[in-house]
Amino acid sequence: MTTKRLQIKNVSVKFGGLSALQDVSFEIDDNQLLGFIGPNGAGKTTLMRVIMGMITPLSGSVFLDGKNITGLRSVQRIHAGVALGQQIVKPLRKMSLLDNVALASGGAKLLSPLRALMVRERSEEREVAQELLIQVGLGDHVQKLPNELPLGFLKRLEVARALALNPLLLLLDEPLAGLSKPEAEQMADLIASLPRKGLSVILIEHNLLQVQRVCPTLYVQSNGRALAFGDTNKVIAEPEVRRAYLGVDA
Amino acid sequence: MTYEIVVLTNMAIAVLFALSLNVITGFCGQVSLGHAAFLGIGAYTSAMLSKAGVPMVITFIPAMGTAALIGLIVGVASLRVRHDFLAITTMGVVFLFTGIVRKQELLGGEIGIAGIPAPDFGRIGLLVTSLLCVLAYLLFTIWIRRSWTGFAFDSISEDEDTATLLGINVPKFKLFAFIVGTSGAGLAGALYAHQVRFIGPDSFGFVESISVLAMVIVGGIGSIWGVILSAAFLSALPQFFQVIDDYKLLVYGLLLFGAMRFAPDGIDGLLRKVSRWRAVK
Repeated sequence: MTTKRLQIKNVSVKFGGLSALQDVSFEIDDNQLLGFIGPNGAGKTTLMRVIMGMITPLSGSVFLDGKNITGLRSVQRIHAGVALGQQIVKPLRKMSLLDNVALASGGAKLLSPLRALMVRERSEEREVAQELLIQVGLGDHVQKLPNELPLGFLKRLEVARALALNPLLLLLDEPLAGLSKPEAEQMADLIASLPRKGLSVILIEHNLLQVQRVCPTLYVQSNGRALAFGDTNKVIAEPEVRRAYLGVDA
Repeated sequence: MTYEIVVLTNMAIAVLFALSLNVITGFCGQVSLGHAAFLGIGAYTSAMLSKAGVPMVITFIPAMGTAALIGLIVGVASLRVRHDFLAITTMGVVFLFTGIVRKQELLGGEIGIAGIPAPDFGRIGLLVTSLLCVLAYLLFTIWIRRSWTGFAFDSISEDEDTATLLGINVPKFKLFAFIVGTSGAGLAGALYAHQVRFIGPDSFGFVESISVLAMVIVGGIGSIWGVILSAAFLSALPQFFQVIDDYKLLVYGLLLFGAMRFAPDGIDGLLRKVSRWRAVK
């Protein structure tokens, strides 16, 4: 049996009396780009937060490369190879874009203040950051502060920062939201290229056009329950999905 | 000459004390309203040991160690609170400290500890020792600032959640800031005990905590040189103008208000603005 990059097994989450996730299970392979859609309130961000360790599930388990990471804290999961690009961008506004990304590529130094204290050199991390910023199309803005740039650029910064963590699994929460059509297309192309570099990606997105264009596999969730999983075009054609997500009768 | 030496020693101790808070509040962004408690812990530890015959310089180590240990405990207890809740928690520490000391006969209770032995090397020796301590702590904080620890602190002080998502073990870094900051305050306390040779619970109360916070904020939160300037200036001021000493809390309160309202980046920010303005002209 081959090990899956990520396995979610029977995860349930409750907020007070409200069931946010009910017995959700799915898995993704190495180098796979999985689209993840669902109507507002479907529990998409909650599931991302469960994978990141920001929310403890009531029941169920999360496995990364066959290793149970359910008990690990967020920072441990990040160093185990999970990274998150958040829906609401949160750049460090007092740092240049270069330092925002360089910090993320600090690796094991960031786990221990004593280890970090022994190192002053940042040139290696800055080189990595420079390359990543060029990759996401921010090569001309590396020394700028986040406040000097529009939302579309900050979304790219969020992706570059997540990539700097050198993840095995990248979770992207609505990276195309708020972008113009050409910007969204550019970003979607960038995301589509990531599995070729050895990453598995889960892309939460409302921009169905781009999801359909770049994601070979799709997972749909509604009211905290898994609704469909499989080939993107087949899943979108399913009557239940069309009814729940698109509001269209079959 | 003796008077000048006393003033300079006081300035050095104040600078060390302010630099130590700057690590916690300035570098790591953790507001502390109870830092005087750690000055007190260092002062009492050093004073007791000194009275028991331990040479002054040797007492510095347990003074720093005890302050750091209590700082670590306070840090662990404060990990789950942020911003104003953290400020209130740390404020509780200073009240707890003075409250406990007042009730302990061993620590002199309300009366405090008198007759702390003078350092063998006299007042000039104490001034030189204080300056050396400031220099050592200053170099250490500069090192922290320029290391990856300082880099991580920058992100934690701005947004702890984002720092976590960048792979930073935020609780460990916060505890490190508490240990370094409170041990520095403990060292300042040890020097202070031998400078004044009499200590009581009132010397380490809430007013002193606010005074040192004022030094950090007026100097520029996180700015090493701004904090040194501000601490040196504000600690010397009451010694030259008695009226300022009488209305210390009022003066420091006004300075805090003025800095937060008109110059949130403190002296450091103002100097930067002036240099930018001159560069443009």
